[in-house]
Amino acid sequence: MSNQTSAGAPIQWGRIAGDGLWGNNVILAQGLALCPTLAVTGTATNGLGMGLATTAVLVASNLLIALLAPAVTAEVRIPVYIVVIATLVTLVDLGLNAFAHELYKVLGLFIALIVVNCAILGRAEAFASKNPVGASVFDGLMAGLGFTAVLVVLGGVREVIGSGTLFAGASQLLGPALAPLELHLIPDYRGFLLAILPPGGFLALGFLLAAKRVVERRSRRRALALERAKATPA
Amino acid sequence: MSTTSASTGAAGPVEPAYRRHIGYQSGLLGLVTLVAAALLVVADRLTREPIALRQAEDLKASLAQVVPESLHDNDLVADALTIEPAQGAPVRVYRGLRDGAVTAVAFQVTGQGYGGAIQVILGLDPQGRMLGARVLSHKETPGLGDKIEVAKDGWILAFDGRSLGDPPEDRWAVKKDGGDFDQFSGATITPRGVVRAIKGGLLLFAAHRDTLLAPPTDVNDEGRSTP
Repeated sequence: MSNQTSAGAPIQWGRIAGDGLWGNNVILAQGLALCPTLAVTGTATNGLGMGLATTAVLVASNLLIALLAPAVTAEVRIPVYIVVIATLVTLVDLGLNAFAHELYKVLGLFIALIVVNCAILGRAEAFASKNPVGASVFDGLMAGLGFTAVLVVLGGVREVIGSGTLFAGASQLLGPALAPLELHLIPDYRGFLLAILPPGGFLALGFLLAAKRVVERRSRRRALALERAKATPA
Repeated sequence: MSTTSASTGAAGPVEPAYRRHIGYQSGLLGLVTLVAAALLVVADRLTREPIALRQAEDLKASLAQVVPESLHDNDLVADALTIEPAQGAPVRVYRGLRDGAVTAVAFQVTGQGYGGAIQVILGLDPQGRMLGARVLSHKETPGLGDKIEVAKDGWILAFDGRSLGDPPEDRWAVKKDGGDFDQFSGATITPRGVVRAIKGGLLLFAAHRDTLLAPPTDVNDEGRSTP
């Protein structure tokens, strides 16, 4: 996917979006950033908050690194990228602490750990350092949204199974505008502890990875059948 | 755009000689670090005040859980004292005053639970009777140990009105240890940690009672000026 960098090649916006959201998804395809993924997805709200914070860092880091890339030499690129990423994460950390304090109290340590989220350095190395600024920003946004989507799905599944609610506490953590998202799906639910505990995170992620395989295999088979159908009458 | 992609390749054939110079590389790294540090200084200055405000709100909210507003007419945080127990770290005690007399004290105690430290805030009246206790933070097992949270279970309300003499000191324990307080099915360590922490808090109050209940008039003026 990094082979599209030859000079003057048109930016393949659709492909960048498809890679970030699905084909080369940070979690589902690359298997990166599993620590925050499993640790904070006890509820969909936490997943959403973590996903958005990470997306903000990804977009900003891809922007800055694409801007800096022409001046950065191969020898010092890793320390330069790390300084940029660590600075951005610290800014997000301070900003959340000051302006989204409830969310900060829940995510706490995991905000600071975005620094070592391999997805961010991964996008910087694999894409932003070799591509124009616009494409890099778009790539960061798409990779971040793909990451956020998986976190929300994972958190949602674990929350519904584990406590019978969906987006509980969203208005408190992310702003009152999200109040309609809060659902209490199963009244008088006694809870299913395993889903909220760490093993539940591994199980849910395993099922999610398997589901992606199934979907991909099915679409491949369909494409193959379509080709064959086209080929035979001709 | 074309110049960008042409000059980026690390092993690109057109790399100018100055870029291989050690001075360029360290200068670049230094410049990036300098800009980053400057940004962080600005951000820190901008967020310091809001963050301090949020933390003060947190503290006030947790104090309000154990000291009813009807009991005091002062700012609990402004009339705080720090006491130094015989062992352990100094404890910040927040005091509620009414007409110049101490009507309530509140402070934080720490218990050892199953998953780590349990932070409990404790409110006492001048006689050492409990106004209430609330768990501020814990890492106990969800569904088993988290019944110590008032949002999940009424267990912690059983401490309201208790004191060192009620029940007698040796019965300040969970039932399994021969005490008066319920444990949870499947979780004994968690409530044991909370009971021990609260008992420790009551003993701490008893040991420093005179200091804490001292007429605040003279202490007050000094106490108020230092945050």
